[in-house]
Amino acid sequence: MAQPDSKENQEAHWNRTTRLMFTHLGAWLFFGYIVHMFVIPLNKIVIPILDFPLGFYMAAQGSLIAFVVMLFMFARQQDQIDREHGYAEDD
Amino acid sequence: MATNTTSGGNADFIRNLGRMYGTYTGGFLAFIVLLAILEMVGVPNKVLGYLFVFFTLAVYAIIGVMTRTAELSEYYVAGRRVPAFYNGMATGADWMSAASFVGMAGTLFLLGYDGLAWVLGWTGGYVLVSVLIGPYLRKFGAYTVPDFMAFRFGGNVARMVAVIVLVACSFTYVTAQIFGTGIIASRFLGMQFELAVFAGLVGILLCAMLGGMRAVTWTQIAQYIVLIVAYLTPIIILSTKNYGIPIPELTYGKAIAAITAREQEMLATGLATAAALKPHVQPFINYSPLNFFGIIFCMMVGTASLPHILMRYFTTPSVREARQSVAWSLFFIFLLYFSAPAYAAFSKLEVYTNIIGRDLSSVRPWMFAWGELNLIQVCGKAAASIDAIKAACAAIPNHPGVVRLQDFVINTDVIVLSTPEIAGLPYVISGLVAAGGLAAALSTADGLLLAIANALSHDIYYKMIDPNAATIRRLTVARALLVIVAVGAAATAATRPSDILAMVGWAFSLAMAGNFPALVMGIWWKRATTKGAVAGMIAGFGLCIFYLVCTRYFPGMGVKYFGMTSLLNATTGMPLVDITAAMALPNAMEAWPTLAHPLANKVGWFNLNNINCGLLGMPLGFLVIYVVSLMDKEPSAEMQAYVDEIRKPRGRTVLEEKT
Repeated sequence: MAQPDSKENQEAHWNRTTRLMFTHLGAWLFFGYIVHMFVIPLNKIVIPILDFPLGFYMAAQGSLIAFVVMLFMFARQQDQIDREHGYAEDD
Repeated sequence: MATNTTSGGNADFIRNLGRMYGTYTGGFLAFIVLLAILEMVGVPNKVLGYLFVFFTLAVYAIIGVMTRTAELSEYYVAGRRVPAFYNGMATGADWMSAASFVGMAGTLFLLGYDGLAWVLGWTGGYVLVSVLIGPYLRKFGAYTVPDFMAFRFGGNVARMVAVIVLVACSFTYVTAQIFGTGIIASRFLGMQFELAVFAGLVGILLCAMLGGMRAVTWTQIAQYIVLIVAYLTPIIILSTKNYGIPIPELTYGKAIAAITAREQEMLATGLATAAALKPHVQPFINYSPLNFFGIIFCMMVGTASLPHILMRYFTTPSVREARQSVAWSLFFIFLLYFSAPAYAAFSKLEVYTNIIGRDLSSVRPWMFAWGELNLIQVCGKAAASIDAIKAACAAIPNHPGVVRLQDFVINTDVIVLSTPEIAGLPYVISGLVAAGGLAAALSTADGLLLAIANALSHDIYYKMIDPNAATIRRLTVARALLVIVAVGAAATAATRPSDILAMVGWAFSLAMAGNFPALVMGIWWKRATTKGAVAGMIAGFGLCIFYLVCTRYFPGMGVKYFGMTSLLNATTGMPLVDITAAMALPNAMEAWPTLAHPLANKVGWFNLNNINCGLLGMPLGFLVIYVVSLMDKEPSAEMQAYVDEIRKPRGRTVLEEKT
């Protein structure tokens, strides 16, 4: 591991943080908007047993579940990055 | 215990949280059972309603008084030791207002798929909070959002602008919450509306005044438990009754399928006209796609810019816990939001099968209680009794004697409040729902009031007027301002301002246009300068508020001088109003007082609803910050080093408050 206060370490940490940020913003864009642009074709698919039209289901529940899962993942991933660069807080 | 802040006492307190709130939840459930027994032995409904409201209010007040404090860091940020899980619960209560609890399901009932824009918009924003802003503000160590703006963008001009944005978006929002407590209390307890508003005010002040953030945090957790139990109980019972599975989120798909089938049937049998029927799952018939996605975007970005939400993440013990806490917040909010469409579906199915198409003399009796309050109308008159609806429908020529879809009008607030009766549940469940709605309104009002009062006392009084003020004095000023703001908001709510509910949506757009670009650029772009940020905030916020005020209050001027045109109907694509005819009217250029202006809220640029004004303001804010910053001198090396510090969770906070 590089020295915590070295410039390289600081930049490497921030580059990885930025990459993680864009990854999650991409997923946010997908679940918040892109998937709902296809609601009309998706509504033709009906989820078996539950009887939800898929487009409606994504807006009512699917995307919400995705957001919750993403946030728990993000907390872990960012903490991992902080730890590997020596910037994490003491437990 | 109030000022006991020795570390040993704190550790015990935190360790015992689980047991405390566990006992509390058990006690609350036992209380519901007790009231159910009282109901069986014949205690009147009104008494049960009062018991519910006063018992829960008393609990909040006791927590509020027990957690009083004389320390600044306790008052402003709850001592920064609220564990992620509990802070998530508190944020859930802070976030979910009367509009979410009572109004959301009704909106989904009316708008069907298009209403889901609100569900998506009010959840997805937490991704932005966690990824872009919240944890960095926690590391910075501010007491308020304007604190950050002032430090990062050198001085009191930025602070002042941030305070103006904060007050503008929070005050209308808090007024709506107090209005909501008044509605709920007057409807369930039969209190006079104005009296109910001031009763709600006392409840709010008891929670927040003595203990600030510390007291609000621990009462909000108690309020969350009440509101989620209250929201989920009726539909869980209803789902078990109708489909045999106690998970309404899974079973309402069947209800939606039944609604869709019934819609076709109603059209075929002439119970509904194609114009009156809006198919539940069909998208983009109430909002155009631009406005649908615009609402999602504005509500999401607004979430990440609202000061009363951001400041909740100042209270966690670490940056790591701040991130976890955002995840827990959304989880607790999700529990309510992914259940709201179930309310809408169950209710709609009931209305479509047991009211529409029924002979006038055999409609379900549950609706008459709401009809008496004029919240349900049949054939254009309040549906107070069978005789009343018979008389009303007889006045319509060629009426077939059964209720048709176009005969039936329901106020959206009724959906959640009437579900217990639709399901045939005892009154105790209705009382529970009222207590839940009250908890939702009170908790949000607490958080908002605190945000406003803290900005005024900390940012204006302490940082700008008297930086040498002693602790006691600062706390006294903070509490006095809290009372003044609260009374001001209650007085505004008591006048029943007509725009109040629309204003909640506006608050998101205003927060987004004013705060979001400066917050994001301040953290993610070291090159952002003071001049850039101040100019960007003023430009973004200014454009947004101009668009709102102009389209709402001065639509004639908007058309005449600013090239605005009529908004379009989402289904037909036709203009909502005939601009030429409206502009020829004598009152076309009249403004402010004429709430019934024919063009109000119906004009704009690019067919954009004024609720989406953040879509105009935010990009302008980013652009102005970028351009002005590049023309300006680079921020000092010292400031850039501070920004580096904010980005690393380890180490001391950047801003160290003296207490």
